[in-house]
Amino acid sequence: MKHLLLAATLSLTASAALACETVTVGDLSVEHGWSKVTIGAGRPGVFYVSISNSGATDDALVGISTPAAGMPMLHETVVKDGVASMPHAMSIPVPAGQSVQLSPGGYHGMLMGLTAALKEGDSFPVTLSFEKAGEVTVNVEVLSLRAEGPDCADAGQ
Amino acid sequence: MRLRRLQLGLWVAAIAAMIIFAGTRWAIQGEGVAETSPAFTPVFTLADEEGRIRTSAEFRGKFLLVFFGFTNCPDVCPTTLSDVAQVMDDLGADAEKVQPLFVSIDPERDRRLGLAAYTAAFHPAILGLAGTEAETQAAANSFKIFYGRENDAAAPDGYSMAHSPGLFLIGPDGEWLRQFTYGTPAAEILSYLQTRF
Repeated sequence: MKHLLLAATLSLTASAALACETVTVGDLSVEHGWSKVTIGAGRPGVFYVSISNSGATDDALVGISTPAAGMPMLHETVVKDGVASMPHAMSIPVPAGQSVQLSPGGYHGMLMGLTAALKEGDSFPVTLSFEKAGEVTVNVEVLSLRAEGPDCADAGQ
Repeated sequence: MRLRRLQLGLWVAAIAAMIIFAGTRWAIQGEGVAETSPAFTPVFTLADEEGRIRTSAEFRGKFLLVFFGFTNCPDVCPTTLSDVAQVMDDLGADAEKVQPLFVSIDPERDRRLGLAAYTAAFHPAILGLAGTEAETQAAANSFKIFYGRENDAAAPDGYSMAHSPGLFLIGPDGEWLRQFTYGTPAAEILSYLQTRF
C-alpha cells in the first residue's frame, strides 16, 4: 500500500527515466533496472530489476554481466530464524506467466569489483542471461541510498 | 443439531490450535529478541571511527538505535541504515534524544574500508563502532544477537557475514526496549519512538 501511494505520488512528477524503459527478449520483458550509490569503489554495488514472463515456458535468470563491475553475481537475502544471510543464487526462476522482482530484501545482483564508485544519476548497462530466452541488456540507473525504486510513470510495480 | 455442535467444536479446536501455534512461533522467533523479553541491559566497549573507546554507559540519557552489520553488505545493511537516516531526519528537534549506532560485525575489514565515510553517507548522526573480535563478540552476546562468518567464494574476499538484521532500541536508562525486525518502515519506528519521549 505504501508503495502504491509512493508510486502514485511520484508518478505525478516522474519523467521518463532510463530505468523505466522496458526491453524484451522472447516472452520476457525486463524493466526497472536500478542500483544504489556506493560508498567508494571497494564495496559492492547492488542491482535490482523486474522481469516478467508472458510465455508458456518457464525460464530462469542464470547470470549477469556489466562493464561496471568485474565480478557481478546473483544473490538472495534470506532471513531465517532471525538471521540474515546472503547465499549465492545459481539461478533465479522466472516461471511461465509470472513476474519476478530483484528487489531490496530478496533476490539481487551483487556487483563486486566495481570499476568506479557508483554515483547518483550515473547509468550503466547490465546484460542478463536467461536459460532459454538468451541475453538482453538493460540500462541501470543509479539512485540515492534511500531510494526504494525508480519513479516510473507507469507505476509498474 | 448434533452435527452443528460438532462443527462448532471443531471450529473452536481449530482456532485454539491456531492461537497456540502462533504463540509458539512468536516465542521461537522472539527468543532473546522478543519485543516483550524480560528487561536486560546490553553493554558494549568498542572503538569508534576515530579509534576512541566508547562504552554503553556514556550514552545514558539517550535512546540508542543499534544495528549490527558490515559495510560490504549490499542489500540488508543499506536498506536498514537508510531507514535509520529517514527516522533521524523525521524526528526533527527530537533527534538529539536518539543516538543511532552501527556496530561492525566485520571490524577488521570495515576499519580498512573506512567506517566514517560509510556511516556519514547515510546520516551524520550515525556513529560507527568497530572493536576487536573479542569486544564485538562480547557486545553481540550482551545484545543476545547472532553473527557469524560464512565462507563464500562468490563474495568479496571469499566470505560474507550472516547476522541478526534487526534494529535494537535501548532506553535512556540502558535497558533493552524492543527490536524492529528487518523491513520495519521508518514511519513505524518514528511513531514508536515518539510514544516513548
